[in-house]
Amino acid sequence: MTVTAQTGAYRPAPPPQWRPLTDAAPLLPDEHPHRVLGTGAELDPALMSELYTQLVKGRRYNQQATALTKQGRLAVYPSSTGQEACEVAAALVLEERDWLFPSYRDTLAAVARGLDPAQALTLLRGDWHSGYNPLECRIAPLSTPLATQLPHAVGLAHAARLRGDDVVALALVGDGGTSEGDFHEALNFAAVWQAPVVFLVQNNGFAISVPLAKQTAAPTLAHKAVGYGMPGRLVDGNDAVAVHEVLADAVDRARRGGGPTLVEAVTYRMEAHTNADDATRYRGDAEVEAWRAHDPVALLESELTQRGLLDEDGIAAAREAAERMAADLRDGMNAEAELDPMSLFDHVYAEQTTQLREQAEQLRAELAAADEHDAHDEQAQQAQHGQEDGR
Amino acid sequence: MSTAATRRPADATRAAARKPTPLAQALNRAMRDAMAEDPAVHVLGEDVGTLGGVFRVTDGLAKEFGDDRCTDTPLAEAGILGAAVGMAMYGLRPVVEMQFDAFAYPAFEQLVSHVARMRNRTRGALPMPITVRVPYGGGIGGVEHHSDSSEAYYIATPGLHVVTPATVADAYGMLREAIASDDPVVFLEPKRLYWSKDDWDPQAPAAVEPIGRAAVRRTGTSATLLTYGPSVPVCMEAAEAATAEGWDLEVVDLRSLVPFDDETVTASVRRTGRAVVVHESGGFGGPGGEIAARVTERCFHHLEAPVLRVAGFDIPYPPPMLERHHLPGVDRILDAVDRLQWESRWTEGNGR
Ligand SMILES: Cc1ncc(C[n+]2csc(CCOP(=O)(O)OP(=O)(O)O)c2C)c(N)n1
Repeated sequence: MTVTAQTGAYRPAPPPQWRPLTDAAPLLPDEHPHRVLGTGAELDPALMSELYTQLVKGRRYNQQATALTKQGRLAVYPSSTGQEACEVAAALVLEERDWLFPSYRDTLAAVARGLDPAQALTLLRGDWHSGYNPLECRIAPLSTPLATQLPHAVGLAHAARLRGDDVVALALVGDGGTSEGDFHEALNFAAVWQAPVVFLVQNNGFAISVPLAKQTAAPTLAHKAVGYGMPGRLVDGNDAVAVHEVLADAVDRARRGGGPTLVEAVTYRMEAHTNADDATRYRGDAEVEAWRAHDPVALLESELTQRGLLDEDGIAAAREAAERMAADLRDGMNAEAELDPMSLFDHVYAEQTTQLREQAEQLRAELAAADEHDAHDEQAQQAQHGQEDGR
Repeated sequence: MSTAATRRPADATRAAARKPTPLAQALNRAMRDAMAEDPAVHVLGEDVGTLGGVFRVTDGLAKEFGDDRCTDTPLAEAGILGAAVGMAMYGLRPVVEMQFDAFAYPAFEQLVSHVARMRNRTRGALPMPITVRVPYGGGIGGVEHHSDSSEAYYIATPGLHVVTPATVADAYGMLREAIASDDPVVFLEPKRLYWSKDDWDPQAPAAVEPIGRAAVRRTGTSATLLTYGPSVPVCMEAAEAATAEGWDLEVVDLRSLVPFDDETVTASVRRTGRAVVVHESGGFGGPGGEIAARVTERCFHHLEAPVLRVAGFDIPYPPPMLERHHLPGVDRILDAVDRLQWESRWTEGNGR
């Protein structure tokens, strides 16, 4: 159909003036994930060394925790092997006053931020839900319901700004978590409020068994930022220095009042989803092996070696430090958890309700009865032995 | 379930097939049969396809019926259930899997605001033949958010059927009925019973009591244990143990919380004169309160003692290392049964 110029009286009114709120172009992510290792870029040797030490520790931590599941010391462990660069960079990029909002896979980020390794595993061991005081370490409880921690990060960052503090919140989420409503609501709030918050998506390829292609049809997860009005950044998630660089930029921007950033780190989950999962059902070895060749620890190690910043002794020292941490962790986890059943009724409310007091009394009576029963059994057994010995 | 009979294989094969079947496998079979019979039946959820679900309940369905019939969705419970609403509007019968009890919460808005009341608000024009499968409850050592019993929220929402099987035969039969139902059914799967086995023939599933009816699992004369889902086997054990103390307990498996089978329950309690309601979820505001009230209203003159409740404590579900102190076990049930000797206490208290 050809449209010819109207010659008659018909002149539709022009639409009211419209323009986009923001210029989308500067918000768009780069075409390729940002990388620095192997590119000859100028890098800070001290930062590289620190990242390296933490990466080696992190790898060892993952191995040790996985071993603890096999020994029945941990109920479950979602390993971050292969993702250590993201975990460690996220922890190191923050100032002490900043806040980290981890998901259930991010125990390592919490440990790299300084949390006691055994304490960080309380949730996964099963002795209590959160094993630490978030206000002391400025790490929110590890969040199991996906993406639900993201709005919290926005709220905290917003509150800090309202209070006049230059605190930044960094929130971690997986590729699967970006499909949840909470992810979208958090990003929107953050952008509208210009909250000092950074979202780090660890795109490790899978949400349990579901690959990224079934999770999203977006070009990249970083592209999602644009629709909310914040910049999206893509980074090689196995390049610890690059992740640190990109996050440092975003944190800096947030701190200076520039608003939120969404960072997508492209990485890979080397192990199964958790020790309870069977990854062979949904992926082949070839893919895993290709990623093994792009290992975050090995990448940084060879870069440091090539730059003459690391030798055999340095490597040995880092591994030794990691072994010490692993030994401490083993000791911590092998110690029986001190569990008081009566603690079930603590902290449900600031002040215990009458109903809970009643229920606590019921449990106390049950425990006493069980103790008495055990003691009785023991006496009976001893009497029996006595008789046998006497014969 | 008429077609199940027509697909019955020869007797010899049937005898060979008759071996103990885990409850999860019966659920799987129910979906498979429903999908084979009715092309409108679609399964959707997180990891239900390639992986076959984290509990393997949907194992093999994607292979057999294709990705369009058994679909791995993006990770978004509100999206899954909301999409199911639209699918149902267009004539499909979605069977939705919520991966774990506490991960169904993001879908509450859809469930409460749309699924439950669509028929009513459209004057019957838009039925919602959706089955929402929710693995629920504790006892498997799950970490935080993996052990909730959320049935009280569901039964408080008019428009939803809320059912929960406790036997392998019921797992099959009730899921078939849930899928065939023209109303939304919240199908609560007691996850600690997934691996429990029964001598059940997957080739020739016998008819079960329809949804809405309770089943007397054990007959008795001195008191009735009213229970459902994961607590049914615990009550059966308690009933066995109680015989040593002279109690002859009847165990009623409610099977369906909405609709509620007042008839079976009332008949049982009138016969025995005493009742204890047993469930895992918290007692305050829990299903037990409703059940006790109904029983009292209908059986007042037959009751020898108040209807008692044995429930989980009114606390957020505890970590795995402490859950055994929270879950109602045999001892706690027997203690309650002892307290049913109300008459004598009352008499003593009054100095009669
Ligand atoms: C709201 C919610 N739904 C479902 C789950 C169950 N679940 C736990 S982890 C997971 C996959 C998460 O994938 P992703 O976000 O990519 O993180 P990753 O495990 O890869 O680190 C699922 C579905 C959950 N924890 N929370």
